Amino acid sequence: MDSSKLKELEALAHRIRCHIIELLVEAKSGHPGGSLSGVEYGVALYFHALRHDPHRPHWEGRDRVIWSRGHVGPVIFSLLAESGYITMEELLTFRKLGSRLQGHPTTKCPGIEVGTGSLGQGLSVAAGLAIGFRMDGKGNRVYCLMGDGETQEGAVWEAIMCAGHYRLDNLCAIVDYNNLQIDGWVEEVMGLAPYADKWKAFRWNVLEVDGHDLEQLARAYETAAQVKGRPTVILAQTIKGKGVSFMENVAGWHGRAPNAEEGRQALVELGCETEGCLIRGMP
Amino acid sequence: MTMNVRATRDGYGDALVELGEKDERIVVLGADLTSSTRASSFAAKFPERFVEVGIAEQNAMNVAAGLSMAGKIPFVSTYAVFVTGRALDQIRTTVCYSNLNVKIAGAHGGISVGADGATHQALEDVAITRSLPNMTVIVPCDYYETKKAIVWSAGHVGPCYVRFGREPVPVVTQPDSPFTCGKGYVIREGTDLTILNNGPLLKQCLDALDLLASAGISARLVNLHTVKPIDREIITRAAKETGAIVTVEEHQVQGGFGSAVAEVVVQAAPVPMRFIGIQDRFGESGTPEELFAAFGLTAEDIAEAAEDVLRAKD
Repeated sequence: MDSSKLKELEALAHRIRCHIIELLVEAKSGHPGGSLSGVEYGVALYFHALRHDPHRPHWEGRDRVIWSRGHVGPVIFSLLAESGYITMEELLTFRKLGSRLQGHPTTKCPGIEVGTGSLGQGLSVAAGLAIGFRMDGKGNRVYCLMGDGETQEGAVWEAIMCAGHYRLDNLCAIVDYNNLQIDGWVEEVMGLAPYADKWKAFRWNVLEVDGHDLEQLARAYETAAQVKGRPTVILAQTIKGKGVSFMENVAGWHGRAPNAEEGRQALVELGCETEGCLIRGMP
Repeated sequence: MTMNVRATRDGYGDALVELGEKDERIVVLGADLTSSTRASSFAAKFPERFVEVGIAEQNAMNVAAGLSMAGKIPFVSTYAVFVTGRALDQIRTTVCYSNLNVKIAGAHGGISVGADGATHQALEDVAITRSLPNMTVIVPCDYYETKKAIVWSAGHVGPCYVRFGREPVPVVTQPDSPFTCGKGYVIREGTDLTILNNGPLLKQCLDALDLLASAGISARLVNLHTVKPIDREIITRAAKETGAIVTVEEHQVQGGFGSAVAEVVVQAAPVPMRFIGIQDRFGESGTPEELFAAFGLTAEDIAEAAEDVLRAKD
């Protein structure tokens, strides 16, 4: 990736962090922690790896994105808005009655392939899509965005087993490994270690990256697309609440929105007074 | 009257092969019960369109969801008790919420599963599936009706649950009799009450009509394969014209077909009702005939319920 492309992605990541805070303040509820940790893996996917056309959301040749961790609506819808699936103004309807941007994403919103929110369901859907594309000899790739805590769900391991068994090399899972879940540290709530080994044992290709390093993420997506005979999982090491000092590594910010004052503080920290970062303006 | 007997699951297996020949989009998922559900004929004929997922019903359901999103028409084949129990969250939140074109085949429905006992006898699946928005629920009565329901479901866009049984049951319908989803049909006219049947206890209903006739009672018999959407018109007409209703199903009476009928009756034309079905109990091991007798699902039980509801009517 050349330096101008990298700068462009960094600017996107910055704007998306600002949108996340702004729309959470507006919605008065939602999930900041996992949204902020998942910014870079989303940006590298939507603005580097993904084959899609936001103006034709149902284009048959598109790659498919399954947001298995449906609770991170703030980052999902911000990515969709920056891509052009929806407008910036619509972001401010998040979680409000009649909005296409439900508390957890649904197919009402362009760019959302399937409704999610009950954790642990997306990887099976992604595997089904990958099997379907392979049956038809189609080259579409399938990406499944997951959280670390989510993989405590047993059904996730059914899906991991299935994708490994069927050697679905057109499938790429990405885990936002931010180490935190609602009840505390993942390793204390229900330990997942040795995590990479578990995926490997189920016949997956595992790539471990710094989940806030856009270059590493972009390279990982490129590598995943080249690997044959195995699905790839990108384990993205991240910091929950990344970018906002008082949210970083605090489990309590999993599912609580900042109030106006906290929002203002967060936006100042992020440096969001800059022209173009905010949809409405400082709260 | 002598009747052929055939298992409704054979209707499922034969319909899949027929559909598979006509439509490349048909795919079938197995969960280690491929021969038992009769999906095996399809698997043998179209191996490239058969996806075995092993003993993993939750994954089966959402792999089917993904296949439907890739333009396929997937049929998930496993036991009714596992698919609507273990995979309920997948059915609800992935398949029904996004209104995906997934077909769910619930094999081994009802207590007639027999010797395997309560763990394998699905008695709650209809109540579960009919409570889900976007879902269609069909319980055919015999081989031909099962075949037609499956063929119909492939042409319908949206989630559909079709439940069928293990044991051979009398073939009551004809290969060429029409099948319309959401529409029941009168099998025999009558004036004193109506027996509304859902599923494979139709022969017992026919025998009950004979018992009632010999007691001078004229009962109408309606077969209603679709639980959702329910046929309001035929139910309302039965209530208004005959003034009493007995529902018959191989399922718990709470929440199932009888409840669906009652929801119509109490609003459109309140009349006395009786409910033949499992009365809030788990099943047990036995032969189907022994179990029908032990759980109150025989022709005599239906006739008795009919006489009882007539007393309430008077």
